[in-house]
Amino acid sequence: MSTRRYEFSPRASLAGYQIGRRGLLKAGAVAAGAAALGLTMGNRFASAQLDLGSATGDLSFGSNYSNDVPKAGLQAAIDALPNENVTVNINTVDHNTFQENITTYLQNPDDVISWFAGYRMQYFADQDLLGPIDDVWGQGLNETMSEGFKLASTGHDGLLYFVPFNYYAWGIYYRPSIFEANGWTPPTTLDELKALAEAMQTAGITPFAFGNDGRWPAMGTFDQINFRLNGYQFHMDLMAGLESWTDDRVKNVFQMWTEFLPWHQENPNGRTWEEAASTIVDGTSGMMTIGTFIGQQFPDADTSDLDFFVWPELNPEFGIGTVEAPIDGFLMAKNPKNPEAAKELLYHMGTAAGQDAYLAVDPSAVATANDVDTSGYSPLQLKVLEAVSSAPSVTQFLDRDTSPEFASNVAGQAFADFLADPGSIDGILEDMQAQAEVIFEQ
Amino acid sequence: MELSRGVDSDIQDSLKSYPAAPANKRSRWFSQFDGRDKWIALLMIGIPTLLHVALVWFPTVSSILLSFTNWNGIRFSSMEWVGLKNYQQIFGAFQRNTYQALLNNTVLMLFLFAGPTALGILLAYLLDKNIRGTRIYQAVFFTPVVLSLAVVGFIWKSVIYSTDNGLATQLFGGGKSVDWLGNQSFLIPIGDYGISHNFAAILVAIAWRHTGYIMVLYLAGLKAVDPSLREAALLDGSSEWQTFKNVIFPSLKPVNVVIVVITVIEALRAFDIIYVLNTPRKTEVLSILTTNNLLGEGGGNVGRGSAYATILFILCFGFVIWYVTNHYRNTQEGADS
Repeated sequence: MSTRRYEFSPRASLAGYQIGRRGLLKAGAVAAGAAALGLTMGNRFASAQLDLGSATGDLSFGSNYSNDVPKAGLQAAIDALPNENVTVNINTVDHNTFQENITTYLQNPDDVISWFAGYRMQYFADQDLLGPIDDVWGQGLNETMSEGFKLASTGHDGLLYFVPFNYYAWGIYYRPSIFEANGWTPPTTLDELKALAEAMQTAGITPFAFGNDGRWPAMGTFDQINFRLNGYQFHMDLMAGLESWTDDRVKNVFQMWTEFLPWHQENPNGRTWEEAASTIVDGTSGMMTIGTFIGQQFPDADTSDLDFFVWPELNPEFGIGTVEAPIDGFLMAKNPKNPEAAKELLYHMGTAAGQDAYLAVDPSAVATANDVDTSGYSPLQLKVLEAVSSAPSVTQFLDRDTSPEFASNVAGQAFADFLADPGSIDGILEDMQAQAEVIFEQ
Repeated sequence: MELSRGVDSDIQDSLKSYPAAPANKRSRWFSQFDGRDKWIALLMIGIPTLLHVALVWFPTVSSILLSFTNWNGIRFSSMEWVGLKNYQQIFGAFQRNTYQALLNNTVLMLFLFAGPTALGILLAYLLDKNIRGTRIYQAVFFTPVVLSLAVVGFIWKSVIYSTDNGLATQLFGGGKSVDWLGNQSFLIPIGDYGISHNFAAILVAIAWRHTGYIMVLYLAGLKAVDPSLREAALLDGSSEWQTFKNVIFPSLKPVNVVIVVITVIEALRAFDIIYVLNTPRKTEVLSILTTNNLLGEGGGNVGRGSAYATILFILCFGFVIWYVTNHYRNTQEGADS
């Protein structure tokens, strides 16, 4: 791979997004970057008008919604497509397998593809494997999606490639009934969090459930401590290879993490997050740094006894302004066999009609369209919605904000090494930095 | 049939004439065929050769060439020639992973010979004696080989090695949870590297399957041994061990060669069980590093992945060449003397 991609691409911090003025400025910067590159094709796509309802024929849909509930939800959303002349054939692939094969798959893909927002989408857009869909957004998604979602759907060339579907939020999840029974309240400061952990330990409850099998769940804890201590911008720059892993600011993150480790379940590397979550369900652990999807582990996915609070402020400079909310959504292949139907379906999935149909089946997700029917939202969904829409900056997740190669071949392994032997962190970080240099220099 | 017999006898004739005409042997030999036979011979040699080159050597050589490039596997135009850079990285920034993997492969090979291969041979020898229920034992020991990998993964990850509820935890945990697959600390440290606890746990899972495989291979070999050899040895008063060591084992030399080659190759290309157990940290072997770089979402680094594959290829191929030539030279010398 030539280095050209990085020379011309705008500052990689654009991989993430911030809502508000700063975000708008960045959108401008992306567009300017695209113009500087001489990519004029954007206008051609942006000006084309979609003729909704005119598509006919078969449409193939590559789906990673492989668990029962999301799978049924996706089917419901697709069934709600108003155009009866389009037959959608869904190819469902196991979620992890889909991810692992994505590079190969995208060279001979289905017309519409389920995927993630941010860097992970931008990487493939850079490789010219995705079709721009500015015209889909032009149908009204510009109004119903927040500026932050739009930025997360924009490629480095300034074109739109992604339709956001739903999202969830990372935080510290717990069972309110257990807190109530013990007279605990969600902590709002670091000292309160530590006191709560102590209290749980005294009560014979493991404060933090923790499972890191697969080497991604620990990235969640790292992200939380990192952007609380060092802020959103440092997170994005570190992910983009612009900051060093041997920086003292990174060491501070691991120092704080080490302080919290004794309150975590031991031996996390061999435990799946599901096994860890089950200790929240049965009450042997008190809380867990995880995403809203922990709700799926509750019996019948009943989240009435599930709530979360955000990691408390660790650095007054940054407060609690950042929330981690990975967005799932859909892409269009570079050369779809049925582009009209593909765009019509993508538009449908971005509208309240498609998203409402999904939520009716899977109430653990939060829709991205701002005109969906929230009357059926559970208190948990409303809280996620509130947390994300009020946050000044939103990150995706470590493995969605950085090069996939770095996330899975370097960061995941380094965090596992750290958890196995926290004392060896200096050597681990030196290795990490050396490997990051190799990967980001390519 | 008639045709093949014709070619056959032609070859025989040509072979007879060969010592007499060493100077120009090739053309002389070839010219003895008539036109049709020549075409048939060319086809019979040519098609398999073409297939072999296309399916084996083309990918192998491509992979070696790719190891000198930097490529994300998507468009040929983005491929870049980088010389030895991938190898420098493998033994530079990524050296910890590389050396640990090389060590793991070596440990696996020694372990396979000392453990499951020896055990498989022992089981085969015992089961060959038609003891009661031998078929049932054979089926039981062979089952792990035929189980689908998904089932193998489930058995070891969820049933046996589950941290809190696994069978092994219940049996050996003494009431506490044991992190069988996650404990990456070294059981036997070797310098900065070592044999980690979880790799030891995985060795057991690999042995579980490898034993049955070797047993079946050896059993098939034993069936072909003339029973009178064993009877004669026993009549001459040799002990069971002496019979095996001095009579049965040497007479199974062809099978032994196969088993040595299979065990070494298995150890070098070990992949599947580790992979289905989610590749716990410190259990990486070379083929896992290859796959991590080539495939997966973190993949798309065809150059470095191919470099790992090339190292693996050199190790496997080097061994096979060395072993097979050595073996056949010895056999040849034995036959000559």
